[in-house]
Amino acid sequence: MSETTAEAEKAPVPATPSEPKDDQRWSQAMRDIVGGNAMISVLAVFLALVVGAVLIAFTDEQVQETAGYFFSRPGDMLGAVWQAVSGAYGALFQGSIYNFRRDGFLAGIKPLTDTLVYATPLIVAGLGVGLAFRVGMFNIGGRGQMLIAAAGAGWVGFALDLPPVLHLIVAVLVGIIGGAIWGGIVGLLKARTGAHEVIVTIMLNYVALYLISFLLRTPGALQAPGSNNPKTPAMKETAIFPDLLGPQYNLHAGFLTAIAATIFVWWLLNRSSLGFQFRAVGENPNAALVAGINVKNIYVYTMLIAGGLVGLAGVNQVLGTVTTGFSSGIDAGIGFDAITVALLGRSKPVGIFVAGVLFGAFKAGGFSMQAAEGIPIDIVLVVQSVIVLFIAAPPLVRAIFRLPTPGTAPRRQLPIVTKEVKAK
Amino acid sequence: MSVLTEPERPQAEPDNRAVVLRSWKAPIALAIFTVIAAGLFILGHREGTTRFQLSQGSDLIQLPAPELPTFATGIIITIVLALMTAFAFYRVQKYRRVPIWFIAVFAVLFMTGFLTWAAAGATVPVPGLLIGTVTLSVPLIFGAMGGVISERVGVVNVAIEGQLLAGAFSSAVIASATGNLYLGLLGAMVAGVLVSFVLAAFSIKYFVDQVIVGVVLNVLVIGLTSFFYSQVLTKDPGLLNTPPRFSRIEIPILGEIPILGPVLFEQTIIVYIMYVVVALVYFCLFHTKWGLRMRAVGEHPTAADTVGINVTGTRFWNVSLAGAIAGLGGAYFTLGAVGAFGKEMTAGAGFIALAAVIFGRWDPIRATLAALLFGFATNLQNVLGIIGSPVPSEFMLMLPYIVTIFAVAGLVGRSRGPAASGKPYIKA
Repeated sequence: MSETTAEAEKAPVPATPSEPKDDQRWSQAMRDIVGGNAMISVLAVFLALVVGAVLIAFTDEQVQETAGYFFSRPGDMLGAVWQAVSGAYGALFQGSIYNFRRDGFLAGIKPLTDTLVYATPLIVAGLGVGLAFRVGMFNIGGRGQMLIAAAGAGWVGFALDLPPVLHLIVAVLVGIIGGAIWGGIVGLLKARTGAHEVIVTIMLNYVALYLISFLLRTPGALQAPGSNNPKTPAMKETAIFPDLLGPQYNLHAGFLTAIAATIFVWWLLNRSSLGFQFRAVGENPNAALVAGINVKNIYVYTMLIAGGLVGLAGVNQVLGTVTTGFSSGIDAGIGFDAITVALLGRSKPVGIFVAGVLFGAFKAGGFSMQAAEGIPIDIVLVVQSVIVLFIAAPPLVRAIFRLPTPGTAPRRQLPIVTKEVKAK
Repeated sequence: MSVLTEPERPQAEPDNRAVVLRSWKAPIALAIFTVIAAGLFILGHREGTTRFQLSQGSDLIQLPAPELPTFATGIIITIVLALMTAFAFYRVQKYRRVPIWFIAVFAVLFMTGFLTWAAAGATVPVPGLLIGTVTLSVPLIFGAMGGVISERVGVVNVAIEGQLLAGAFSSAVIASATGNLYLGLLGAMVAGVLVSFVLAAFSIKYFVDQVIVGVVLNVLVIGLTSFFYSQVLTKDPGLLNTPPRFSRIEIPILGEIPILGPVLFEQTIIVYIMYVVVALVYFCLFHTKWGLRMRAVGEHPTAADTVGINVTGTRFWNVSLAGAIAGLGGAYFTLGAVGAFGKEMTAGAGFIALAAVIFGRWDPIRATLAALLFGFATNLQNVLGIIGSPVPSEFMLMLPYIVTIFAVAGLVGRSRGPAASGKPYIKA
């Protein structure tokens, strides 16, 4: 049921009620599939890859050279375009899913596990942003929440001495609490003073950045002892997420927390009373208020949980991916990527999981594309943002591919009336 | 007599007379600052004298450099601040407002006390402090003007950062390739407009959430400019990324005013364009038909539509105009300040400009002042970093953002945006 509610807030569907007769039902279903959301997502990814291909071809030196004599030998340029684009996307695939150049399946599949490593923080942070979306709030504060969480978890990770399993659990919890507090401030300010969460989260990002920068260069706080660099010492062995598939793969147990977080958010939104209130407030806060829901408290709870989830992404970074100590760039832009992940996943837990894996693949592949083909990884940012732009505007994608609008009946053929008959 | 009585009303009916509300926010804020002053200036005892350098060597009129004894000045200023706070409490007690100039005087006094305390035993270069403030504020002010126009017409402009960055990129490339600075400025405006076109098209035509479009556009512009920078610009920096820079022009008589002259009237042409833009935006917004229509569309699009204003068109063209202005601000990064384009060189200036818009309550003059304040805070950190300040520089850098949070939380003053800002207008 909840799956349909989120759709209502998207672009307004023309309010022409269709009366599907029996023979029209199948064509109606076909139209809904072809013009529906899943199809739009696929086409948006496709369009974005096309845009990326154009950029890659346009800036390729070989293509530029051959374009000079395009009209005498057009095949040269087309060949160069093909080479540039297929080389780039081939490297992207080999860097993110399966590497054919390695021997055996076990070595070849390593890129896929890298993809999952990159996907882990994207998924949990995307869940945090998506949850806030469902309550009608905009959590752009991923960067700040991640930094505070990373600082908390990292401090526990390198400064405390605890028994193996307990150490990890305490570090994870402290990180989540750090993120939750940083998010909760936003919810509290929105609930009590009406401050717009977009502005407060953007500002808190910078406050967190400078706070962490200060702590990182202050001896005795986060700075590694005996060092002048703004960087923490390495995490202790006991606080690091264990490897899932053995030491030859990078995949760590943080991925399990991403799966757990996805199930938790699904349960929260679809099966719990609190989640029902969340969705009610997201649909219409005034109606929710009339129905007896304490909207202000819901805002605070939402931001607490959302901040905690985004914080978990920061925890994953320091305890799983970069365990040798972190600096103030530990968030690696994930806080902003999470927004695109949540949008691509349409704020639904499973959708976010899939979107997170996709963007994780882009990230993992982007690095190998940069190494192999010399194409800057910034192209991944372009592709991601173009995907989200297209996803956010389904009518645009439908217009490009001339797809029907779901929920509307096929246009009736007008009887052909020729004007010539009337002419005298 | 009936036992049934009317249920008691929880609140008294507001009568028709103008009700002056007692707001304790201002005096409480002043009290907090007085306590901070007492804590820093008196408890954080620092000996020595502080010298305020008021003139630069090249100035026509040389002002003497006053030397203030640090500790005594701190005590005197704290006492004055305490008296002012008491007066503010008295005013509010009598249901009267605390005038804005009073708060301004308080702020200047506090700042003087703080500088005296922080720079104990050293010299504060006042002209340098102020010149740097203007320099750092220029892109913020352009961005804020873009934000004010866009939000007044009803489209939230989170994409200021993207517009600045696009302007910086295209102005650097075009000015470098053609060698013509004015073509560079034009290119910056066009780039800003292009970003605005996407923002306008998606938010006005396709009713996509404006904040989403803005955020995504920022990422898109960062991605595009960084991609082209790494892929194209670095391969031929001589041709594509060595733009000439605007030189400073001194305005004859105004430039010789002590202190303010070199700060305001020895600047590049972009800064002079900025003065004109701020004045024009203010005048047009509140004193022309264009401004009235624009504000009507931003406050109540349905009403505006009813009287025959083309809501979609007004929004589209004004958002484009906002992009052009913000793009000019981007040109300042390259043609006015640094020269060459660098990856993500705007470094969040667009977001500070957005904060200035809100802190300035969507008013061009106040937004400009807010942007100047933010520029001052950043530059103060630079200057104190050189002198060697007891306050960690990160906390000075944090200040604008914390101030903005307080502003939107209504502690400094209620900031309420245009009513229809952020809402797409769907014509019934």
